[in-house]
Amino acid sequence: MNTRRYIRERFFPHLWCPGCGHGIVMSALVGAVDSLGLSQNEVVVISGIGCSSRMPGYLDFHTMHTLHGRALAFATGVKMGRPDLTVIVPMGDGDAAAIGGNHLIHAARRNLDLTAVVLNNRIYGMTGGQSSPTTPEGDRSTTAPYGVLDPSFDLVELARGAGASFVARSTTYHAQETRELLAAAIAHQGFSLVEVLSQCPTYYGRKNQGGDAVAMMKTFKQITAPAGSQRAAQDPGLITRGILVQEPRTEYCAAYGELVRELSGHEE
Amino acid sequence: MPKETIFAQGNEAVVQGALYAGLDFYAGYPITPSTEIAEILAQRLPQAGGRFIQMEDELASLCAVIGASLTGLKAMTATSGPGFSLMQEALGYAVMAEVPCVVVNVQRGGPSTGMPTAVAQGDVMQARWGTHGDHAIIALTASNLADVFLMTVEAFNLAETYRTPVILLLDEVVGHMREKLVIPGPGEVEVVQRLRTSVPEGTDYHPYLAREDGRLPMSDFGGVHRFNVTGLVHDMWGFPSNDPAVAYGLLHHLVDKLENRAETLARYQDFFCDDAEVLLISYGSAARSALHLVEQRRARGMKIGLLELNTLWPFPAQTVRKYCRGRGHVLVVEMNRGQLHGEVQKAAEQPERVYLANRYDGVFISHKDIMQVLHVVLGKGV
Amino acid sequence: METTRIVFSGSGGQGVITAAIILGEAAALHEGLNAVQTQSYGPEARGGATRADVVISQHPIRYPKVISPHVLVCLTQEAYNKYSGIGRPGGLLIIDSQLVTPAKKSDARQVALPMYQAVMEAIGNPVVFNICMLGALVGLTSLVKPESLWRAVQSKIPPAFLEINQRALELGGELASSVR
Repeated sequence: MNTRRYIRERFFPHLWCPGCGHGIVMSALVGAVDSLGLSQNEVVVISGIGCSSRMPGYLDFHTMHTLHGRALAFATGVKMGRPDLTVIVPMGDGDAAAIGGNHLIHAARRNLDLTAVVLNNRIYGMTGGQSSPTTPEGDRSTTAPYGVLDPSFDLVELARGAGASFVARSTTYHAQETRELLAAAIAHQGFSLVEVLSQCPTYYGRKNQGGDAVAMMKTFKQITAPAGSQRAAQDPGLITRGILVQEPRTEYCAAYGELVRELSGHEE
Repeated sequence: MPKETIFAQGNEAVVQGALYAGLDFYAGYPITPSTEIAEILAQRLPQAGGRFIQMEDELASLCAVIGASLTGLKAMTATSGPGFSLMQEALGYAVMAEVPCVVVNVQRGGPSTGMPTAVAQGDVMQARWGTHGDHAIIALTASNLADVFLMTVEAFNLAETYRTPVILLLDEVVGHMREKLVIPGPGEVEVVQRLRTSVPEGTDYHPYLAREDGRLPMSDFGGVHRFNVTGLVHDMWGFPSNDPAVAYGLLHHLVDKLENRAETLARYQDFFCDDAEVLLISYGSAARSALHLVEQRRARGMKIGLLELNTLWPFPAQTVRKYCRGRGHVLVVEMNRGQLHGEVQKAAEQPERVYLANRYDGVFISHKDIMQVLHVVLGKGV
Repeated sequence: METTRIVFSGSGGQGVITAAIILGEAAALHEGLNAVQTQSYGPEARGGATRADVVISQHPIRYPKVISPHVLVCLTQEAYNKYSGIGRPGGLLIIDSQLVTPAKKSDARQVALPMYQAVMEAIGNPVVFNICMLGALVGLTSLVKPESLWRAVQSKIPPAFLEINQRALELGGELASSVR
């Protein structure tokens, strides 16, 4: 595996904090792209705002760093413009579940062939540790000094409910699994969402006695189990990992291309 | 040879102009009084091999337009009122990332939901300053269908030439009014195509390095050059920078590329101005009432003329100053609380002679409304 | 022909705006005249008083709305109550004799025609009421040639409905000739 060619090395060292899980996800992502044999010129990576959004800058693809929560809307235009390109959208939990929640559910509903990678560290890291819609109830942040009062979003269920045709989840502890799930998501014809639990020792960990990066990753191991496994069946409180939704559904660009062919005789 | 003559609404003239200019992609969200643009394009674009998508809101619509433009397509959205407010975040992105695109705003009464089916021109300053931060913008307008068509083509041409979003600032009356439109044949109106880089594969391409003539050749996403696009202050490669010198240079470039060309970008028409002692300055549908009054009063011997502006931003201050020079009275005619009136006052050598005839109650301003103000201005009483 | 200003008024769903568009198109595309059509939208798309304006002239038309119409058409009582006062002295006021009871004397020449009744009796479909009204209007005013009007109708109406539209147009013309 030669993934170094996907990296813009002149921008290293990256700006993520020591112990941050985002680098593991980035590594899994380039591994997934490599395993699919995609050339750099046929991949577009589009992000929103936050720690996760800095990923495209480090990757030698066509890259775009957009507005908070709006990456999927930009990606929709790119994909409609060039349906042949592979469009990957790294997002944070704030991007996906808060300010961009509406764009997420509509992208899932349309089933445009985009891959949303949600790096869920359950906190706003870039701005110093404020709550996000995935901060667990009762946990602390700079904007929830007495603990979060509102329940958190389950992104997998949100995507499933909105009609996403491929939904998966993993964690930074399970780097190999993350790479495989990302590859499956990118290969899927239609909208795919992969949630990756990623540790933020700097803010989330420190505010909630999560320990250092290693301790937080070990926690990911303890609180999750593969979907369909005996452990998962025995303990419904565990978070399931793996491919959680996978169903063939008409992809939007394909349907639109068909319409154009019918009406105009143009080949897409 | 004209292609076709139709009896159509202003909103359809926008569609015809956009298709003439080579529109490939439209993303939008329906809102009165611009909805017909989306409706007609939903039908026509797939027939022409283009792409139409109805997005979840106006902000997403402009985001999608920007994304499509980066793949090399000519892209547009259209909206009104609150929809234009929602687009401001993405508009700033298009300014900052220098992505060609066209945003049509068929103005209606505001603020907020205001009067959805009533005419107004209250978004003139929002077009200029709606998105945050120092920047420059191009905004064009028109008062009749022939000009709506031409200004739509021009909007695409200027967007491509200057790598900038261009706002087509229409209003409810022009958008919904029907009159004859002669659609020009191919080649009759100039259409500017995107300037793409001649840098070969394997050689460094700088998406934000201007050529000697100031233009920035583009490379499409999916092409042989990989680069970064961001809304952050960025260097000539498109990568974020906190360097004050980079920030200073970028801000200068973004503003100067349009403001320094204000007179080149000025599109305007004059009517009976040579010997006019009273000069009306107007734009959009209000200019129709102004011209009605000018023709009516000229027939009775009054020395009155009209300067109709088609470019509102960058404001053609030198042109306006020249036209105002030596007039007894200048009357700005618009349907807002004096948004362009202030610009004319700033430009004129004798701002105390610049008056305002306006309406902002949802009622279309008439020649009689303007005449009433003119009577007062001329000291003839009400 | 100098300038003629026409206001159509009625309720949403009566085809008042369509009628205005057809008249404007007939003048602009088939008679070489200038025509501008505008409309004011009520708060509802259906019901309420709807108004559509047409200006027809051999000269360029600047002000696109109608202040004092040469021809005013009122197809409902509500529209009559709201707009009958704007007609100009010497102008023409056309009302439907079944749907509108004129309340006051008008400065305009008032013509009441049983258009709705005639359409229902002869065709049985109220959808062509507006076309019958156009036939009567053109019969009374000769604003455009009946052929021009028919060409404009054809461009707006699905082929399956052309026959009843043609009959409605003729019916309007006959009603007009009865009072001419």
